[in-house]
Amino acid sequence: MPSPDSRIRVKRLDSVTQVEFVDRNILDEANIQMIGDEIAALVDAVPSPKLVISFANVEHLSSAALGTLITINNRIRGRSGQLRLSHIDPQIYEVFAITRLNKLFQIHETTDEAVKSFS
Amino acid sequence: MTSERSDTADTATLAVPNEPKAIDDAQARLVASLERFEYPKASLFAIRLSLHEAMSNAFLHGHRNLPGVPVSLEFEVDPDHVVITVQDQGEGFDPASVPDPTLDENIERGCGRGLLLIRAYMTSAEYNRKGNSLRMTYARPPRAR
Repeated sequence: MPSPDSRIRVKRLDSVTQVEFVDRNILDEANIQMIGDEIAALVDAVPSPKLVISFANVEHLSSAALGTLITINNRIRGRSGQLRLSHIDPQIYEVFAITRLNKLFQIHETTDEAVKSFS
Repeated sequence: MTSERSDTADTATLAVPNEPKAIDDAQARLVASLERFEYPKASLFAIRLSLHEAMSNAFLHGHRNLPGVPVSLEFEVDPDHVVITVQDQGEGFDPASVPDPTLDENIERGCGRGLLLIRAYMTSAEYNRKGNSLRMTYARPPRAR
């Protein structure tokens, strides 16, 4: 049961967990830590997790948030799971491109496309 | 805080404590000046991210042994240029010692991307000799005709 302070919205569809951010700005370190902890709990809750993180509504993202995404990615891989990112607007995508993280993560235009890409 | 506002430029000097509201207020102050001079959305994104990264680095690294000490933020915004200086009271560091986070061997590191992003988005970003003061400049992109 999500708490009222939750920084993410979670939807489960079959074997896929879909996550969206509550906040438009993923900048504050304390919030990022909370987001990381919440998503880690989702990852740990199922074997071989399939997770889509949607960036719809996200307007600003810091390097600390990127670090947390990497940590989440490693955690998912450690559980033989798969991670996809979706709905990344062009300004945010540029941050991924500058840091070359667009090569590390599988990024899709929409959550539907991301879900279809799971093996 | 000191600030001046004229027809041609906004300037401000702030002492920013490591508190979310104070950091947000400092950001908002700068964004208000950028909006006053009608900088485009892409510029607001670039400058806002760069300021956030610079201040995060100042608190996290510069003030790691100085909890409770504010970071100094100065900025000047005019119609064509933005100059931002973030200074901490720490011992400084050598920016050349920061590993390139885009190299294959570093791509999965959890941190170390702040300076890369600042340099990508700002027109210039230079540390002083000691490495505790970062001066960033931003030149407004040419206006579309």
